[in-house]
Parts: sequence; structure tokens; C-alpha cells
Amino acid sequence: MYSSIVLDHLDNPRHVGEVSNASARGESSNPVCGDRMTLTLRVSNGTITEARFLVDGCPPSIAAGSMLTVLLTGLDLAGAERLTPRQLSDELGRLPRHKEHCAVLAIDALRTAIAPLKIDAAEETRQTNED
Amino acid sequence: MRRVYLDNSATTRVDDEVVAAMLPYLTDDYGNASSTHQWGQRARHAIEDARRRVAAVLNATPGEIIFLSGGTESDNLAIKGIAEAHAEKGRHIITSRFEHSAVMNSCAELESRGWRVTYLPVYADGVVRIEDLREALTPETVLVSVMHANNEIGTIQPITEMANLIRERREAGQSHLFLHTDAVQTVGKIPVDVAALGVDLLSCSGHKFNGPKGSGLLYVRRGVRLHKQLHGGHHERDMRSGTENVAQIVGLARAIELATADLSARMEHCRHLRDRLEAGLLEAIPFVRVNGDPSRRVPGLTNLNFDFVEGEGLQISLDLKGVAVSTGSACSSGATEPSHVLVALGLDSETGRGTIRFSFGKDNVAEDVDYVLSVLPNLVSKLRQLSPRARQILSPETGSPETGSSETGPTETGVAEIGRPASSQNV
Repeated sequence: MYSSIVLDHLDNPRHVGEVSNASARGESSNPVCGDRMTLTLRVSNGTITEARFLVDGCPPSIAAGSMLTVLLTGLDLAGAERLTPRQLSDELGRLPRHKEHCAVLAIDALRTAIAPLKIDAAEETRQTNED
Repeated sequence: MRRVYLDNSATTRVDDEVVAAMLPYLTDDYGNASSTHQWGQRARHAIEDARRRVAAVLNATPGEIIFLSGGTESDNLAIKGIAEAHAEKGRHIITSRFEHSAVMNSCAELESRGWRVTYLPVYADGVVRIEDLREALTPETVLVSVMHANNEIGTIQPITEMANLIRERREAGQSHLFLHTDAVQTVGKIPVDVAALGVDLLSCSGHKFNGPKGSGLLYVRRGVRLHKQLHGGHHERDMRSGTENVAQIVGLARAIELATADLSARMEHCRHLRDRLEAGLLEAIPFVRVNGDPSRRVPGLTNLNFDFVEGEGLQISLDLKGVAVSTGSACSSGATEPSHVLVALGLDSETGRGTIRFSFGKDNVAEDVDYVLSVLPNLVSKLRQLSPRARQILSPETGSPETGSSETGPTETGVAEIGRPASSQNV
């Protein structure tokens, strides 16, 4: 039913927990299935240097959170912003159709986390231009 | 890696003796039992011999046994067969909220065709109340169908008391009122005597007690009329047309004999293993609950709820360790719903999220329990470490609510042990 990649991340989830003094934090939930994810990031000079996740969820949600932290580590914010649920699903060996919402859950947490950073960056750019 | 099969309520390994009994009817005596030549007559003899032996085990007469393909077909024939045959007397059926899907969906089909169905409630103990049945019975009721033991939590239902109530109604003039029980989870597991139970119809399936898949039977008490569901060559006294599956029938008969020959020993064996596992898990892991009344269960089954863990995650994690179990809660199409059985017990998508059924069979040994006890607490701990909810409620070492940074332990994968709370909620 699940790919060997999903099973590997279930058996050995990467980057579990919360980043202390995180630069960004995103939470997401699927009110229908009850899954909840928390993603915390440390960002330095526009690059994600550390990503950690927590989840109340089924195996694909665990794998999606775990794989997301792997993909994010070392990625710049622009790259993180471009990540889609489909890409995450593909990285996991393609989630079954009825489990695609687990990749959406993870990407929702990511987008919630980085939205304030984008606003901050835009603010910084505007102020630089005004100066 | 050790392989431990604890899903014997789903299906069982076919006993070697059963396979040996079946093989001649696949290779040598392969005749059609309807044929009058010697090949056919040997097949006929095997079927009738099987019928006599099965009837003896169930305390029925051979003429009361209909062989068919399994539990689902048996439930369908019993429910639709009675409903259709007695429709002129009434179109009301009573069942319970936690029946097997073969019963639930047979009833749903009849509902769609104009029958009225009452679903008796089930309480947290996993038992249907006789008072609820008494209240639900009407002059239009033609059938009560309640399972002998529930397939997910193993609780045994008061079938004899129900039969007594139905007999009273019958004696009071409601002659077309019948009692069916789905005994798929009890035949070969606990004593099943159709006369002692007082049922009119009883369903069972061979693969649940080390017989072959595709084998089953329906007991129909002599004189009870039901409407056939298959139209064809008038086999099985015209109740189940289709060339008899001789090998499966012979296998079913051998399996039921083997299971019941040393039933007390098998029951004690399964009960001992189940109780050891249950006690060990309740001792080792906090926030574990037993679903259903522990004192009213079939011997080899326990259904446990692990709080803060999702059932499928635990089931697959156990599978990766070589242990086969099943879960009563699975997320599909974006909705995590506990099974209708757990919902009937009053659990919801939060409280019934982490349920696992462990079911033992005759081939399990003490080392199987030891192995599960050696791997499962760590798996639960690992999965709980992922859970924001668990981390709020359980905390390392102190048992007090966790505060501050919750960055996980020394390793990158960060699977730190979550400590036990000050008081356990084990029951």
C-alpha cells in the first residue's frame, strides 16, 4: 500500500521535535481526518538551516513531515515557497490517492511558517528602497 | 527477525491435517457430487459424511446444515432468506449496531427494499442488552440477528437469553419470529451448541478455525422456511445451488472436528497468551485501555486503545518488526473514522484513533508474547514522541507537563523516551 520510502520514514522519522528559538513556526490541521502538524524552522541569511516537525497523524502524514524537513534543510526560502504537495508526494514514492491530503497537510504547515518571513523580507526590501 | 501472527480473527493457517483431508478431493476423487458414476458417488459420500460430522459438533441434525462459501454468504442467506420468505407476516428486522458488514449490509439492502430495521445499541462494555431487544420487538418483527461474539472486540452476546425471549413471543402466537446469530468468531473458539443457544439460524466460516477459505455453513433449524438466494441446479436441498466444493466441505468438517476435539485446551492456551500480553502491555505502557468488558470475551482476543497514537501507524510499525495485527481505525479519503464497532461502543475519532486487535490461535507460543512485549512499548513511545498532543500531556522523567523547548534528544532522529505519567490510566 505504501512505498518503501514512506515505511522508512515511519520507521525512522527524521528531524523530530521543535527547533529551539525558531525563526518560524507553522501549524496545520486537517479537521476531517484530525491530523495535526507543527513545523519549526531556523532561517539564516534567507536559507533554512534547521527544520523539525511534530505530527498527530497516520503513516503518510509522518512520512510527509519527515521528508519535508529533509527537503527543507539547506534550501533557500524561495525554493521552499515553490515546494508543492505533488512534489512532496513524488519524493515519497507517490502517496496513494486517498492519502494525498497528508502531503497537503505538510505543505500547509510550511506555507504558514514562511508567510511571515516573506512579509518581513518584503518589508526589508521596501525600507531599503526608501532609504 | 521473528515473525508473529496475531491476526487469527482475520484468518488462520490451514491445519496440515485439514490439507491432507482435502487433497484427495482435488486430485483423485474429483467427481461432481451430482453425478451417478463412482467418481461422483465418492464425492457425494464425502459431503454427506462431512455434514454428519459437522452436525454432531454443533448438536444439530445433518439435514439442518447447508454448506456454502463462507460467513458472508451464510449471513446473506439467513437474513434475506428469512425476510423474503416471511414478508407477508411482517417487514421488521432487529439487529445490533456492531454486526459484521455482511449482516449490516444485508440489512441495509432490505431497508432499501422497504423493510424496517432496528439497530440495537451497544454499550461501553460491548454487550447488547436484552431489555433493548424486548422493547424493540413488534408484532411485525420476523427476524432478530445478533452476533455470537463481536469480531473486533470479542465480547460474547447474550444469545441464549435472546432465544428465551423469542420463544416466549412465539408461544404467545408470533410464530414467524426467528433468531439468527453470526457465530463466525465463536465456532472453534468456544463451545457452540445450537440447541443450547436456542437459535433458529447460525452462520460460521471455516477459515476462522484453521479450515480453508471459501468454506462455510448455515445451520437452519428443521421446519424454518427461508427463501433461496441462488437459483440453479437445486443443490443443498435447493437452498444453495452450485456444484458442491467437495474439498472445502471436507476441509471445513475436519477443521471443526480438530478445533473442538481439544477445545478446552485450545481455549486455555489462547486465554493464557492473551492475558499475558494484555497484562504486560498495560504494565509497560501508560494510557492504554481495553475495549469491551474483559470478562465477557472469547479467549484469544484483546482490543486495546493506545492513546496519542494512530492505529495504522502502530499496525505498520509492528508489521515492520514482523508482527501481524489489525487496527480498528484507518484514515481514508481524508477522514479518520474508527470502525462502526468502536463508534457503537461510544469511541470517537479522537478516543478511538489508536486501536489494535491482537488475536491468538492454536499455533501461537509464549515466545510470541515475549517478542511483542519486547518491541511494542518502544514503538508506542517512538510514535508518541512525534505527537504534539502526547508531548503536552506526557513528559520525560517527571510526569509533569512539558514546558519550554521540546527539541528532541541527542540524536538527529530524536526518539527520546517519553516517561510515564504520575498515574496511569490503565484499566
